[in-house]
Amino acid sequence: MPGAKNGNGRVQIRKTYKLYIAGEFVRSESGRAYRFDGSVNVPRGSRKDLRDAVRAARGAVSGWAARTAMNRGQILYRAAEMLDGRRAQFVELLGSGRGAHKEVDEAVEALVWYAGWTDKLAQVIGATNPVAGPYFNFTIPEPTGVVGVVAPGKPALAGLVRRVAPALCAGNAVVVLAPEATPLPALTLAEVLATSDLPAGVANVLSGYRKELLPWLASHMDVNAIDVAGCTPAEVIDIEKAAADNVKRVVKLAPNEMSPYLITAFMEMKTVWHPVGV
Amino acid sequence: MAIAKRQTTDLSRQTFDYAPAPESIDHIKIEPRYGLFIGGKMVTPHSKKRFPTINPATEQKLAEVVEADEVDVDHAVKAADKAFDSWSRMAPSRRARYIFRISRILQERARELAVVETMDGGKPIKESRDVDIPLAAAHFFYYGGWADKLEWAFPNRKPRPLGVAGQVIPWNFPLLMLAWKIAPALAAGNTVVLKPAETTPLSALLFADICMQAELPPGVVNIVTGGGKTGSLVVTHPAVKKVAFTGSTEVGKLIQRSLAGTGKRLTLELGGKAANIVFDDAPLDQAVEGIVNGIYFNQGHVCCAGSRLLVQESIAEPLLEKLKVRLGTLRLGDPLDKNTDIGAINSKAQLEKIQGLVESGIEEGAEIYQPECKLPERGYWFPPTLFTNVSQSYRIVREEIFGPVLSVLTFRTPAEAVEKANNTPYGLSAGVWTDKGSRILWMAEKMRAGVVWANTFNRFDPTSPFGGYKESGFGREGGRHGLLPYLELV
Repeated sequence: MPGAKNGNGRVQIRKTYKLYIAGEFVRSESGRAYRFDGSVNVPRGSRKDLRDAVRAARGAVSGWAARTAMNRGQILYRAAEMLDGRRAQFVELLGSGRGAHKEVDEAVEALVWYAGWTDKLAQVIGATNPVAGPYFNFTIPEPTGVVGVVAPGKPALAGLVRRVAPALCAGNAVVVLAPEATPLPALTLAEVLATSDLPAGVANVLSGYRKELLPWLASHMDVNAIDVAGCTPAEVIDIEKAAADNVKRVVKLAPNEMSPYLITAFMEMKTVWHPVGV
Repeated sequence: MAIAKRQTTDLSRQTFDYAPAPESIDHIKIEPRYGLFIGGKMVTPHSKKRFPTINPATEQKLAEVVEADEVDVDHAVKAADKAFDSWSRMAPSRRARYIFRISRILQERARELAVVETMDGGKPIKESRDVDIPLAAAHFFYYGGWADKLEWAFPNRKPRPLGVAGQVIPWNFPLLMLAWKIAPALAAGNTVVLKPAETTPLSALLFADICMQAELPPGVVNIVTGGGKTGSLVVTHPAVKKVAFTGSTEVGKLIQRSLAGTGKRLTLELGGKAANIVFDDAPLDQAVEGIVNGIYFNQGHVCCAGSRLLVQESIAEPLLEKLKVRLGTLRLGDPLDKNTDIGAINSKAQLEKIQGLVESGIEEGAEIYQPECKLPERGYWFPPTLFTNVSQSYRIVREEIFGPVLSVLTFRTPAEAVEKANNTPYGLSAGVWTDKGSRILWMAEKMRAGVVWANTFNRFDPTSPFGGYKESGFGREGGRHGLLPYLELV
């Protein structure tokens, strides 16, 4: 039971795990909790918590998207710093072995890697287009908007960071569903994001029962895309059906994907025309 | 002075009628009945059901086409699947040559295609002649060049074709939409089963003839005609690996839902309700032309049409005055006449939809303006229409009308313009008219739309990616980006 060990007769201060919505650490509005491993209480987020998270994300996304690419890179880099600084805590959460250290390394590396992509993506993926007429025409990538991220249960930290980082790198706001059976790395990552100068609402993390949250995330009319990296094939079918309600983008790239193509999976291409003349 | 004044008055009384200038149709050969294009030849269908395709300007039957059934679609997909092996392995430079050939034949037969397009769909000949057909040929030429350069398109990845692409296209730009679908699919090494729209199958059937003339290997392109049922059979066929659809958001959602769990790749190019935003410093005469082109081009049967005019309050009056005068000069009538600006509405069903929405606008309290405009007695027609005194909640402001109907809203600040422009579930296109460079770029940034036309509207080019945000769909057509939906990046 992480964070609960007593040493030298000291009664340790335990942490109450909370949801992360609109930049605040809150209990579920439902007042419910669940014990994924029989000991720690974790908030059992509700449909209303999900609604609040989506609303917060929608409110935050235009400001985040309008930040300069460099600023977004700096903030993602700071998230890497914050994560690395809490290495001991995450290693403990991940089971303390060599694998745990490696996983924290991978998560830090993913944040640093995507931090560096923010101000290079448009040059690699965007274009000026030589149209057959007197027009200047260019195509730039822009964030899709609000992205739901269904994090894989394994690896609980690195798997999550590898999906959240590209979505944030692109300038989206995210609503993350923590894995039901391994929620602590995701809930603790929220503490990293909260101290990285990420504007409130840009990242939101919910724990709870998958079946109580996933259908609403998939069908929510104000969610633009959903990453199903952590979903079972059966869940993906239901998500794809629900996603059609608002023509949601369903991102299905492999869970271990690390590439600018994953960033652009969370993006739209915008093409702008203007006449050329005197 | 007095003489000059009298002369001006006389001039204003004169009418400048255009003499009829009909495009010749004597070189056009339309078969009375068509089969299906499967495995490189026109075949007798399994389906016994046929339906007429009519000229919406005259209501005359042009030909009978097949309503392809499950067996026909299965034949077509099997032919495409069979052809995929050799087509995808063919030396890319050879594949390129076939696509270039198609492009050249489209140019050679451009007039024939333009006339058929206009007869079958009702659009003015000057549009099919100057826009649809040249752009379709250009599209094939552009993607022909990509076929042997794919490894340069996506850094650090190996591109692989997907297999059989099932493609369903709309009736507003029949041949152009066919080109948008088939050209990138073939360049990437896929084979195709395409279903043209129910009301405009003829240019696709002519295209089948062009494939034969180009000696395209059998089965690489297959064309099945029919309605929604046939389309649904194409996209849900288990051997179809990739689905591309252009059409209404309503049908797009049905398709997205029907493909859940199949693993098929999907791109959707759906409806729109574009804002065309005019600031007080815009050159008004140019803006008026842009507004007219934005909503009355192709009778407003354009998914990216500028159907909501947002005009800055201070210039609303003079702009509307100019716009109304300009509407009075639009010539509606015989689509085959080279002077016609507004042709026939594509079908009776579409006309009824437009009429219904226009009635809803009047009922909800909008003020309607239509120039004096004599409609031909036969055929399906709707005069250029604009609504003022509208609220954002009106159906005519929220719903895609897909007809020559413009709703006019006003705004005071750029922020208000952005708010109103983006207040729609659609996100296909937007227009901005202003002389201020920094404002153009600021507005372009704020528009949640896949294409932004600044001081222009409704421009298209094969090199220019096109597609929507939000409920206007996903995926891009055109440019390097248009290859991606047809490739797997390994």
